[in-house]
Amino acid sequence: MTGQRRRYMTADVKTIARTQTRADVALLPIAFAALAGLMLLFASGYAQASVLHDAAHDQRHAMAFPCH
Amino acid sequence: MTKNLLTSAVFAGVVAGPIAALLQFYFVIPTLLEGELFETGARIHFGADGSPQSDRGSPGMGGDFGRHLMTVGFNIVTYVGFGFLLLAAMALTEMKGFTRITARSGIIWGLAGFIAIQMAPAIGLPPVLPGTIGAEVEARQAWWLGTIVASSIGLWMIAFARGPIALAGVVLLAAPQFIGAPQLDTYWGVAPPELSAQFVSYSLAAAAVGWTCLGFFAAWFWTRES
Repeated sequence: MTGQRRRYMTADVKTIARTQTRADVALLPIAFAALAGLMLLFASGYAQASVLHDAAHDQRHAMAFPCH
Repeated sequence: MTKNLLTSAVFAGVVAGPIAALLQFYFVIPTLLEGELFETGARIHFGADGSPQSDRGSPGMGGDFGRHLMTVGFNIVTYVGFGFLLLAAMALTEMKGFTRITARSGIIWGLAGFIAIQMAPAIGLPPVLPGTIGAEVEARQAWWLGTIVASSIGLWMIAFARGPIALAGVVLLAAPQFIGAPQLDTYWGVAPPELSAQFVSYSLAAAAVGWTCLGFFAAWFWTRES
């Protein structure tokens, strides 16, 4: 990346921080989102309970989750 | 802000999940149900007479709507889960000042998610048609998870790191494939290879569309003016 583009990007990021609140997202909600995602994926793709497994069967095959 | 990040992931998954399910119903599920004919022995490839021919034709979608409803439901759960992870990565990257997320760049994020979470593990462990037997499940799950983690970090480093660190991303992306997925030393598949190959390409294509939609909508919901 050229120096010019890099300067442009830095300026860009500062602008976001000043004008758009979404740059204020803190680490905690990000960690929470990641954890929630892992839990949902565990249920839909990984959990071996047979009720879950049968219900999710076709979707697991289609998504190539290695579940059995 | 928490609400925005989390609700964006849920909305994006609720949009992308049914799109993926729709494509699965048209392409993937009929192939899967045809595979089950071979899994159960209702149809036999390489029959007792040694003939390599067997009838072609999917039983279609079938009438088991409860089963299909579950497929839609679990697609939504899965894509909401992917959405949480994708938005967490987007938010963290933006917070650290590496990039600015837009709906358009969300498409690229979605494609990267497809490569890291569907394509990379599928190189070693292709989507499995019913009636195919794989190596021990724990070993496959470990390789699958390790490949996803390494590929995600590797792609991120290629996208946002500079110099030798970006090169290390290439190594991370390639390493799981050279290590290799656990495989059996015999073939067990009872379905025709054509059907299995078709199932794999349909599955990956449906996932590619699902992920692309997920990336776009996750970024769109998240960055839209509130």
